[in-house]
Amino acid sequence: MNRPKMVNFKDPETVRDYPMGATCDSDHLTSINAGWRTFRPVIDQEKCIKCMRCFLVCPDGVIDKSGDQLEIDYDFCKGCGVCAHECKPKAINMVKEAING
Amino acid sequence: MARRFVSGNDAVAEGVRLARPHVISAYPITPQTIVVERLSEFVEDGSLQSIYMHVESEHSALAAAMGVSSVGARAFTATSSQGLLYMAENLPYASGARMPIVMMNANRALATPWNIYGDQMDSMFMLNSGWIQVYVEDAQEALDMMIQAYKIAEDPKVLTPFMVNLDGFVLTHTYEVVDIPTQEEVDAFLPPINLSENIMSMEAPKSLCITAGNNYNMEFKIKQNEEMIESISVIEQVDAAFEKQFGRGYNGLLETVDCEDADVILVTTGSITGTARMVQKTLRAEGKKVGLLKLRYLRPFPTKALTEALKNAKVVGVVDKNISFGYEGTIFTNVNSALMQEGASQKVDNFICGLGGRDVTKENIHEMYEKMLVHLETSADVNDANVASKPQDRIHYMNVRCAL
Repeated sequence: MNRPKMVNFKDPETVRDYPMGATCDSDHLTSINAGWRTFRPVIDQEKCIKCMRCFLVCPDGVIDKSGDQLEIDYDFCKGCGVCAHECKPKAINMVKEAING
Repeated sequence: MARRFVSGNDAVAEGVRLARPHVISAYPITPQTIVVERLSEFVEDGSLQSIYMHVESEHSALAAAMGVSSVGARAFTATSSQGLLYMAENLPYASGARMPIVMMNANRALATPWNIYGDQMDSMFMLNSGWIQVYVEDAQEALDMMIQAYKIAEDPKVLTPFMVNLDGFVLTHTYEVVDIPTQEEVDAFLPPINLSENIMSMEAPKSLCITAGNNYNMEFKIKQNEEMIESISVIEQVDAAFEKQFGRGYNGLLETVDCEDADVILVTTGSITGTARMVQKTLRAEGKKVGLLKLRYLRPFPTKALTEALKNAKVVGVVDKNISFGYEGTIFTNVNSALMQEGASQKVDNFICGLGGRDVTKENIHEMYEKMLVHLETSADVNDANVASKPQDRIHYMNVRCAL
């Protein structure tokens, strides 16, 4: 998977060490953001024809095409289901996030 | 230096021209319009080398100014009343991002009832926006503060947007003789903007106006508050440096007139101070121990200087050209809080006046002083426990055309 690397924010020691204004260096992610997902999209690789429609419509850019197969970055997928709705060969299923794993 | 007979709005435009912003983005609104008209003329005739951006709203005016500031350039905008409120969403955006934008606001009433005349309801709405707020008394101070504003806002320790408030019509549209410094003098005082942090860069790309969730957000706000409070010393230093260079100063965050031995002190902001000066002088000549305190800055709030100046008074009156509905005048609340912090025990009266452009005359101010002098004499303390349950007894509406 090819995405900007997580960069751990080094906790400032005092409030004064915080950035001056809401500015930071670009191109890094400081925290995983997927906590509100109820359903997760799961790609059926047998049915997937790699048409890239999901890649184009995903509002969060979490469809990764850097490998042989399309992959979903569940650290940032919000579970909106747009990919599953738009998938012509119906290769993406929305599966309820299991409470017990 | 030139001396010219100009309006408050003209004086603002002259001050902005001398401060040389890179970009002016503004939308016209009464009673601010002349400021942006003059600036567009300066750009047209080449006497001001700025880009003048026509925007479709006040919201866009400040959004554009934020874009200007985010590449490290100097931005100016101006508005009033409904325009300021329409801009509101972007005010804390700019202050949180620590963008040293300067804005002129022509203080004007808020609808409804619809009204284009002066009061201070609009900027009071924005006290919590994270902007520095100064209220000027006359056209000279307006011009001078446009220059000081950039110097203060762009200080690396401050980096906070700055709102210069002029009373609508009473100040924006009245004419007076104003000293206009030369460009060389102003350039010597106000160097070109030089932002090192927080700006877009091809070499070191930045994310601006980032998200900070519940784990990190609060500390950003605390830092902003602490550094705004600390800007008090920068404001004082800049004013002192301005006085040294131009021969005019404003005594920092507030000015006192005969407060040292005064039993009774009236606290004013903005143009009303000019009228109050005359009344205070007359009463002093009659032997009455009255003083005047011109409160220039409401944010940061000069708690220490204010309580120090009021400490010998027995009765304090606070003039508010606004109401926080369901409570009292906003400056009254702020002054009371400062006095409370210092454990002071003055009687404090609130004079609410001038709403929607209602005149505040010498007679009205005389009446304020008379009421305070009565409180000085009477045993019926306005802050007495017996009347404390009726906070409205401390509020006096001035120049009302019918019975309450």
